[in-house]
Amino acid sequence: MPKLRDIAQKVRSKNAGPFWLTIDIFCGTPEAYGQITSALSDTQVAATFGTSAQNIKRFELPDLNVVKISLPRPTVQGSIQDRDMHGASWAALLGEITL
Amino acid sequence: MVRVLIPSGALGLNYDKQALARGIAAKPDIIAIDGGSTDSGPSYLGRGVSKYARSSTKIEWAGLMQARAEANCPLVIGTAGTCGADSAVDWMLDITREIATEQGRPVKIAVLRSSQDPAEVAKAYAEHRMTPLPAAPELTAETITSCSNIVALAGAEQITQALNTGADIIIAGRTTDTAIIAALPLARGCHAGGAWHGAKIGECGALCATNPQSGVILIDFDAEGFTVTPLADGAHATPHTVSAHMLYENSDPFILYEPGGHLDVTQSTYTALDETSVRVTGSKWVPSEAYTVKLEGARPAGFQTVLMALLRDPHYVANAQKWVDDITAKCSAKVQDRLGLSASDFTLEIRLIGQNASFGALETATPQAHEVGAIGIVTAQTEALSLEIGKLLNPYLLHHPLTQEEEQPTFAFLFSPAEMPRGQTYEFALNHVLRLEDPMDAFTLEVIDHA
Repeated sequence: MPKLRDIAQKVRSKNAGPFWLTIDIFCGTPEAYGQITSALSDTQVAATFGTSAQNIKRFELPDLNVVKISLPRPTVQGSIQDRDMHGASWAALLGEITL
Repeated sequence: MVRVLIPSGALGLNYDKQALARGIAAKPDIIAIDGGSTDSGPSYLGRGVSKYARSSTKIEWAGLMQARAEANCPLVIGTAGTCGADSAVDWMLDITREIATEQGRPVKIAVLRSSQDPAEVAKAYAEHRMTPLPAAPELTAETITSCSNIVALAGAEQITQALNTGADIIIAGRTTDTAIIAALPLARGCHAGGAWHGAKIGECGALCATNPQSGVILIDFDAEGFTVTPLADGAHATPHTVSAHMLYENSDPFILYEPGGHLDVTQSTYTALDETSVRVTGSKWVPSEAYTVKLEGARPAGFQTVLMALLRDPHYVANAQKWVDDITAKCSAKVQDRLGLSASDFTLEIRLIGQNASFGALETATPQAHEVGAIGIVTAQTEALSLEIGKLLNPYLLHHPLTQEEEQPTFAFLFSPAEMPRGQTYEFALNHVLRLEDPMDAFTLEVIDHA
């Protein structure tokens, strides 16, 4: 079973302000875009980040072959529980999802 | 047409001098640069200080003040000093005066201040003039008044007021990243959707192009849209790089909320004019009924002390989590016993670098490292208490055995002392918008003639 990162060209994550995290999946080709949009479910994404599917905002941009996922940050940026000030590493966790 | 020159995504990140010279030769109407954001965390806003070195800031700002004089146009910085609080604005003003004196050139400086009195914000909250944004933290009057700094994000209206003073240099406190770029095109009647969209594309400098670290870009705004041109050698904007930039640090790739309305790029079209420039049209600005500005606030969240140990013994590497769980339980009990504290008076956490430090319980990978870093993080209400708990943790990280029977182990400490005080920590406390009758209600403007 392939992992998301094996199919996508690049997965990156970043803060969208202190309270939101945004992850951009650059699929690279229309084929990869089709494969990822059909196989990646919001439920699977939500489980990866320990939240519920209703917190997942998902945008599909076929012109760019991009799927964008935004969610409230698993921990607020810079709080005592936070481990990643810029939200840089979360992309790796999503990239390891098995499709 | 309004031509905006953007030297880089932030003052302090440097810019390509040759590309900047090309920008000056192109006769810009304004030079605009961002000075910060919340991205480096709550400490900068909490303390009201810049994250960038004063030396870097001064050298880069001096280059831009020189460029401004050559171009004979205004120079504006938004979110001065990383956080845009008044103390950071004053720091930037001090640097500006120092440079002006050194360059021997009189300048008129407009200073737009964005700091808010927490008591006034608490009043606005009580009077229901504030609205939470999605994922906002729980708020009370006490949370607001305990903030060491609260800033409001200025929009284009406040920057326009500052420009209207005829100032050579505008030092703005917290603004939206886009406002400093959009203000002049909007004031001169350029297409509103194009002004905001171009500002969003340009706010990170050449990040919207290939060779993103080159910094310098030029944006031409007009009656229908905008054209973006990166100026460094080998930097190209393409419809793909430009449209993809709407994804960046934005939770919604089509909508961007600003004071007074929102930008909608759903219908935007991106056209390559040549190998370097991209033209964008069809962007839409949707005015809102009420005029609101976003608030950011940071408040003290305790004092921290950190300790770090390295595990290299294979048995301890393999059982690191068990070792940490045992230490955490025993040390927490000792802290409560010896200092008479309750569990809620402090936090003690040990994260394992090489195992699950990035994601904690959400980690899915199996640890494979041959060595593991254990970072102990203590947070308590005073510096002395945090250090005291750090000292109680020290012997555990140095010698704690997995079993009672074995010879006492010793682990590697990197430093002496092992306890590293991090001082006061801060947390973000606000994700709300404040409704204003007049855009200038939450801001002040001062004009200084520096001879």
